[in-house]
Amino acid sequence: MSGFSTLLYKEVLRFWKVAFQTVAAPVLTAMLYLLIFSHVLEEHVQVHGVAYSSFLVPGLVMMSVLQNAFANSSSSLIQSKVTGSIVFVLLPPISYPAFWAAYVGAAVIRGLCVGLGVLLVTLWFARLGFEAPAWILVFAILGGGILGTLGVIAGIWADKFDQLAAFQNFLIMPLTFLSGVFYSVHSLPPFWQQVSAWNPVFYMIDGFRYGFFGISDASPWKSLAVVGACFVTLSALTLALLRRGYKLRA
Amino acid sequence: MGRCRNTPFMIPAIRVAGVSKCFGATRALDDVSLEIPRGEFFGLLGPNGAGKTTLISALAGLVRPDAGRLAVMGLDVQADYRSARRQLGVVPQELVFDPFFSVRETLRIQSGYFGIRDNDAWIDEILENLDLMPKADANMRTLSGGMKRRVLVAQALVHRPPVIVLDEPTAGVDVELRQTLWRFIRRLNADGHTIVLTTHYLEEAENFCTRIAMLKQGRIVALDSTRNLLRSFSAHALRFRLAGGRLPEPLASAAKEESGLWSLPFDRFDEVAPVLAALRDAGCVLEDLEIGKPDLEEVFVRVMNRAEAA
Repeated sequence: MSGFSTLLYKEVLRFWKVAFQTVAAPVLTAMLYLLIFSHVLEEHVQVHGVAYSSFLVPGLVMMSVLQNAFANSSSSLIQSKVTGSIVFVLLPPISYPAFWAAYVGAAVIRGLCVGLGVLLVTLWFARLGFEAPAWILVFAILGGGILGTLGVIAGIWADKFDQLAAFQNFLIMPLTFLSGVFYSVHSLPPFWQQVSAWNPVFYMIDGFRYGFFGISDASPWKSLAVVGACFVTLSALTLALLRRGYKLRA
Repeated sequence: MGRCRNTPFMIPAIRVAGVSKCFGATRALDDVSLEIPRGEFFGLLGPNGAGKTTLISALAGLVRPDAGRLAVMGLDVQADYRSARRQLGVVPQELVFDPFFSVRETLRIQSGYFGIRDNDAWIDEILENLDLMPKADANMRTLSGGMKRRVLVAQALVHRPPVIVLDEPTAGVDVELRQTLWRFIRRLNADGHTIVLTTHYLEEAENFCTRIAMLKQGRIVALDSTRNLLRSFSAHALRFRLAGGRLPEPLASAAKEESGLWSLPFDRFDEVAPVLAALRDAGCVLEDLEIGKPDLEEVFVRVMNRAEAA
């Protein structure tokens, strides 16, 4: 057992021990979104020739993956920083790449657990195709990795819970809600289409949705390039922060 | 000589060379240098804010010094941080714990961080020695403060480090834990582990530490064996109350009086008989009489006052 595998195991165990809060609750939230939006819009809206509830499900699944991946790494770090138990991770000989990989790995696993839960529950309400499963998996893992990495940055940067909440409410929430979860960007006015083109979460959702329907607003290869570049850039930034010991080692 | 210097036996457990650290305008450590040989029970004393915890944190890699170098068992804590951390077990001062896990889970996870699997035999031994076995499967949240403190000690020992640093391990804990803890720590020391202790209980330092460093405002103001410090800065004292008569000179000038209790310092026991004779000759009637041993508290106060004056 290495430092990496133990830290990964501990982070997974941490959220699994409170799975009702960390997995079941977000699944219920996503189901409520589906019930309300599909009830209101099902008969009025079709996107890319797909029923609205079917179009909505992949967006909700991916949104859940992203939000929970962020929540996992950020909440674990801020909690252990505030309580002081971060010292148990800082004292052992865990390298900074292992530290990053363990927190991000656990974030991806939680994101995938919640995403799978949302998918299983919503399958009762919407018909889905699985046109390109490999794309589904790739975008889910990369998207979870990006938000997990952002969670590490936020968790390290924030000194208090309200700072973390600000990061979540003023950055993560707008990026995810304005990314095409609930609509196709082609339905937006040109200005907002341009804005969406600069939102990396749009490419995560769009590429993920391509895996289900084989149709997307942007080319999946373009989406993969944007998402991949974001992952590499944010990971490099996080590794640089960890190497410096930013806000962890005085 | 050259060959001897390279043998592992000559490498001290801890080497601190010219270490300085500032936090903003506050100089927490100011050119601190010391060596702690292997197997020593070493005390690090000083008032709050003296720099003890900063020095320990620098050893543990939690604080990066602005200048100087630190090594544990010859391994640089910055350049060779992964190997250095395997040699060091730190019991932090704060009562911290992870509320998600049981005691056993906590210790297994801590073992895993050091790359150790199947560590249950040693974990059981630690649990037994710290009287934690009945609480092995209890969640950390449910433990009393004293029990949590024991788990902190256990966490520092799971990887069998040759150097153990205890940062105020008995602060606010009951007598039973202190006795249990010291029994175990002394055993570890007897087995060859190097122990570094910071404490505000000077009696503990006096009883256990063979050598002591005193810090004030980030600087070492005294560093010597406990015996030498006691000899240099403290003395035996003849303490007595007078039921009648006046203390004659020169005894009156040499003695201190507080609430009717006179205290007269002396170095050698053969000085006692002439003092008692002088008292008798002066017509003094003694009430209480006792001989006080030199104590570290007096040494501490004197060293700190001397540092203040300097």
